[in-house]
Amino acid sequence: MTRIAVPELALVALVGASGSGKSTFAAQHFGRFEVISSDFCRGLVADDENDQAASKDAFDVLGYIAGKRLAAGRLTVVDATNVSKDARRQLVELAKAHDVLPVAIVLDVPVSVAVERNRARPDRDFGAHVVRRHHDQLRRSLKGLGREGFRKVHVLSGVDEIASAEVVRERLLNDRRDEHGPFDVIGDVHGCRSELEALLGRLGYVLERDDEGRAVDASHPAGRRVVFVGDLVDRGPDTPGVLRLAMGMTAAGHALAVPGNHEHKLVRALDGARVQVSHGLETTLAQLDDEPGAFRVAVRDWCYDLVSHLVLDDGRLVVAHAGLKEAYHGRASGRVRSFALYGDTTGETDEFGLPVRYPWARDYRGRAMVLYGHTPTPDPEWVNNTMCLDTGCVFGGHLTALRYPEKEVVQVPAEQVWYEPAKPFPVAGSAGVVTDGSSRGDDDLDLADVLGRRVVETAHHGRISIRAENAAGALEVMSRFALHPRWLGYLPPTMAPVATSKRPDVLEHPDEAFTAYADAGVRDVVCEEKHMGSRAVVLVCRDADTAVRRFGAGAGETGAIHTRTGRSFLDTPLTEQLLSRVRAAVDSAGLWEELGTDWLLLDSELLPWSLKAEPLLREQYAAVGAAARAALPVAVETLERAHARGLDVADLLDRTSRRRVHAEAFTVAYRRYCWQVDGLDGVQLAPFQLLAGEGSTWHERGHLWHLEQADRLAAADPETFRSTGRVVVDTSDPQSVAAGVTWWDELTGVGGEGMVVKPSAGLVRTHQGLAQPGLKVRGREYLRIIYGPDYTAPEHLERLRDRNLGHKRSLALREYALGLEALDRLARGEPLWRVHEPVFAVLALESEPVDPRL
Amino acid sequence: MLLTITTNATESATGRVPASDLGYLLHKHPDRVQAFDLPVGTAHVFYPEVSEDRCTAALLLEVDPIGLVRGKRFGGDAFALAQYVNDRPYAASSMLAVALGKVWGTALKGRCAARPDLEGVPLPLRIAVPAVPCSGGVDLGGRLFAPLGWDVTARTVALDPQVPAWGDSRYVDLVLEGTMPLADALSHLYVLLPVLDGAKHYWVSTDEVDKLVRNSGAWLASHPERDLVTRRYLAHQRSFVVDATARLDALDDTASSAFTDASELDATADGSEPPTPLVRLRAAAVLSALRDVGAHRVVDLGCGEGALLRELLTDPSFTEVVGLDVAAGVLERAERRLALERMPDSVRARLTLRQSSATYRDRALEGYDAVVLMEVVEHLDLDRLPALERSVFGHARPASVVVTTPNAEYNVRYERLPGGAMRHPDHRFEWTRAEFGVWAAHVAERYGYAVELRPVGEADPLLGPPTQLALFRRDAVSVRAGNDTSSVSGGAA
Repeated sequence: MTRIAVPELALVALVGASGSGKSTFAAQHFGRFEVISSDFCRGLVADDENDQAASKDAFDVLGYIAGKRLAAGRLTVVDATNVSKDARRQLVELAKAHDVLPVAIVLDVPVSVAVERNRARPDRDFGAHVVRRHHDQLRRSLKGLGREGFRKVHVLSGVDEIASAEVVRERLLNDRRDEHGPFDVIGDVHGCRSELEALLGRLGYVLERDDEGRAVDASHPAGRRVVFVGDLVDRGPDTPGVLRLAMGMTAAGHALAVPGNHEHKLVRALDGARVQVSHGLETTLAQLDDEPGAFRVAVRDWCYDLVSHLVLDDGRLVVAHAGLKEAYHGRASGRVRSFALYGDTTGETDEFGLPVRYPWARDYRGRAMVLYGHTPTPDPEWVNNTMCLDTGCVFGGHLTALRYPEKEVVQVPAEQVWYEPAKPFPVAGSAGVVTDGSSRGDDDLDLADVLGRRVVETAHHGRISIRAENAAGALEVMSRFALHPRWLGYLPPTMAPVATSKRPDVLEHPDEAFTAYADAGVRDVVCEEKHMGSRAVVLVCRDADTAVRRFGAGAGETGAIHTRTGRSFLDTPLTEQLLSRVRAAVDSAGLWEELGTDWLLLDSELLPWSLKAEPLLREQYAAVGAAARAALPVAVETLERAHARGLDVADLLDRTSRRRVHAEAFTVAYRRYCWQVDGLDGVQLAPFQLLAGEGSTWHERGHLWHLEQADRLAAADPETFRSTGRVVVDTSDPQSVAAGVTWWDELTGVGGEGMVVKPSAGLVRTHQGLAQPGLKVRGREYLRIIYGPDYTAPEHLERLRDRNLGHKRSLALREYALGLEALDRLARGEPLWRVHEPVFAVLALESEPVDPRL
Repeated sequence: MLLTITTNATESATGRVPASDLGYLLHKHPDRVQAFDLPVGTAHVFYPEVSEDRCTAALLLEVDPIGLVRGKRFGGDAFALAQYVNDRPYAASSMLAVALGKVWGTALKGRCAARPDLEGVPLPLRIAVPAVPCSGGVDLGGRLFAPLGWDVTARTVALDPQVPAWGDSRYVDLVLEGTMPLADALSHLYVLLPVLDGAKHYWVSTDEVDKLVRNSGAWLASHPERDLVTRRYLAHQRSFVVDATARLDALDDTASSAFTDASELDATADGSEPPTPLVRLRAAAVLSALRDVGAHRVVDLGCGEGALLRELLTDPSFTEVVGLDVAAGVLERAERRLALERMPDSVRARLTLRQSSATYRDRALEGYDAVVLMEVVEHLDLDRLPALERSVFGHARPASVVVTTPNAEYNVRYERLPGGAMRHPDHRFEWTRAEFGVWAAHVAERYGYAVELRPVGEADPLLGPPTQLALFRRDAVSVRAGNDTSSVSGGAA
């Protein structure tokens, strides 16, 4: 039996004459979709599996499918004769283009067998000479396959060997997904043994020393393991000591390591290659000269065997010396190795002739955390879920480790400057270290982050897809009208109204809200007064420094107050004035300390509505009132004269008179939303939910808790803050429900907008999934400005009851989940593009066509 | 909405005409109340007053506000709230004009089969229409009706008497008094009510041109507000405007009037710029800057409806033309305006139109010869400008960038522009020459470009040109490490 080892991710080329049994072999050893046959592709493009004229198109299709599979990281087997060098070259190129290993499996059967098999198949009408030609080509090819680029070549000779062969899938060397840590990932050591020992001690490792007192191993009582990001050698005072410890730890299973460019060069030097002995290599070679030959051999082999990058913890962590872009994770090719060792370059060189580095991390959008070293930086910093741990220990900086999965940085300072850098190494905290977010590259948003059809993964509602046309609409609003995305950590979701009431005189009534929650198994609900203002999201930072550090604020900015579509309500000076009032209230309420954050995101209503909506009120609502007032009284008077003449206009007169009354009621309704403000005088904020702070979100907290915090702000500054009226209702208790209805009657009876009914517990799951986070129950008079002055006329109301709420409800849930997702990401300190993704998605969903009156 | 027509008894060539003869002319019996179901609602015709001496006919149109929306009578966006709460059930608009045309169609044509002797008889008329929307000032009623022989009284209506600060609404109580044949009066109302309103409840199609010429041919050709009437009646559809103008010109025996110049129409459509072909001058300045730097592959970022793209496509030396805009709807209009579907393959192959945003990084923008930002930067909030700078100068890094923007100093030359106002409601800022210069120098310095400032349009000796242009060139300075890349330092590797 012949074992054929095939890497789990590879492009496998079957090579053999027509009739050699490739398809049978493929079907035996590979999955149905893993095998792409050229015959099948001929059939796809030409309706005939044997139409040789279609070969070119068929191979185009084959290459396209294979490319898609390889890009997705799937093993792919090409079932074609592949006896010509040209055909194989294309496959090797395809494999390289996707950084997977090309493997050849040759099926070599006697010509007579192949000819006989073909003869037995009625659809193969080509003669024996074709098979013979294939066979000759194959024979000539056999020796060169390795040189052609196939990393593995398996030749199966004869029918029996083919029949008895077994295919074994092998894990790639870089595939360590089954290693779940916890890890301590350590940056470039460069021969700084003493600092390494100190750092290991700090991390809780126990060093083991040999008879000469040299550290040869270190283990962690909790079973943690070290991952070295490479560049253990060169420049520093004791490279052999560092290697002895690292080699001991890897041998004992206490550490993993990837190679750095310095190990790579060291191997070549030890192998006798002519390399330029500089950048600290001279130090290493001199130090190794004092070591026994066996140690040098061991060093050489250890370094040689290091795998250029490691994929760990189910793919959630990738370690490579110079970092690695997502497309290369778990791949194997020359360029993947080169990227991992040396990083990405732009292809240009700078004035010193050195390659210009490309900041791949800024473009990184991958899910895996990438930890790396290679480029000394003063402070380890998160850039799009990647972190460089080289903090220039050998240049007098720090030796840095990152605890995974805790994401905690642990450092020890260098004992001294061990090696003078060619140009001054910027030490953390020194002048010239750029910290303001505006020049930090990682808040660049890419068009590809938002445009086109997208799927956003949410923790609370699964995958939510955004249609391309909705994203297109949102792009315009976001680009032209919204605040800078760094201020938009959240956009409020839309809210569904209650089911339509069957009562004769209203469209909405609290009964339906209580029933809906009772039916969903939600017993405790809070009714919150609906303020007659605009929804406003308030982001307030404790001080300017926090705003700069955390949100990359510009001069004089300490937060933002924005609308549901991300527009600023007020100009910058007024925004800052209002923010300073909010800040003062949060200060005196002591919330910063209590919540452990130095910034807060609040959901609130900003009053009056006319502050934002004055043009709408004036041009839309007041205009309707004015037109009605101008037209209807004259119409009534004209009809009265006709009536007086004895004409039969009674019905028309009656209708028109009622319309006049409705128009007056309409005017009264919108007027309640207008009052004069002067600067901030007359402006009020009614917060009702604490959305997020550093490291925390509070959507699992009950609404009464949120309202309590809001009350503390109102107590601190009653002029700026307005408290939110509330009533708690037990949906299983008829008396409690009746009290809730009475409360709504009172609210709306004096012209109030209505109320929102929410599950008391906040985020609630029912057997049907996420419960609606709230249902609005709007007042009869308020709805006049939504449905039009005459909506209460029975003939209109009857038709208006037919309103389709399903879409609105589904939209409300999806937007709610996206909002929570944005808050979670913001609180976790994820990169801007990750926060922006769900925020943008909310805006995109808002451009879905849905009845705006709901 | 309501319209009343009142007439008094008068003497004609054939003798005394009693006021109640209005019933014959309108083909509606004065003692009956008639209702007509029309697509726009129910039109009621009745006579509140009938005598030998004085007779009033009333047309009352009852619009069903819910049917209006459900039937999608408006061409607008069914998912905008303005659809549902609006003045259409009250204001005298194109719907009233349509009802008039249906209910009194024969009278509108000037025919009276029962009493041919009444055809064309001038009558003393008083027409009252409450709540006439006047877009563009309450005096518009006078400007439109007075030249046709009417005494015009337009009483303004307050927007909200309890909020005096809001001032007057755009509605007037319109009363017209004059002596003329009823058919003429009706044709004036039929054409001019929608013009006053400035909006139409139905989609304007090519037959509107015929309708306009048929109903107004006699008087519109010499009307001083002819251009306004034509433009509004045809709801700003440019190709129709030019067509109708040509036909009206033929009636009038005059040469084509001024606003066939596309740029002027552009400028007046938003009332922002004076009638100079600045749009043309600007495009020419941009093109000459592009030619100066030898650009062949050009991106027009913020291409709008494609005015510059059209010019770029006429010159084959621009081998690749990319038009980008943030508004998907605008791109669709550009597609129509450029007649993409009928474009020859060779031209079509040079053009790409797609959505993009200046504040997001767009990888497909990399590697072009030039990026044009024509009247774009001023539409961005100042704090978003750095994002645009980074995506264009930092990431796309074309060899050249052309930026044009208004010169704020020049604004005082625009008489129609209130002091301190900007040229377009969406402008977030407008820069003086000094401010633009500082910005351009800063961007050039930061991203390694050389910059040259150029005037566009006829310059005022004190205020400078109406538009300013900055031409950035990357090849003119040594290649330096830009903001987005860093050199490998000697000690780093």
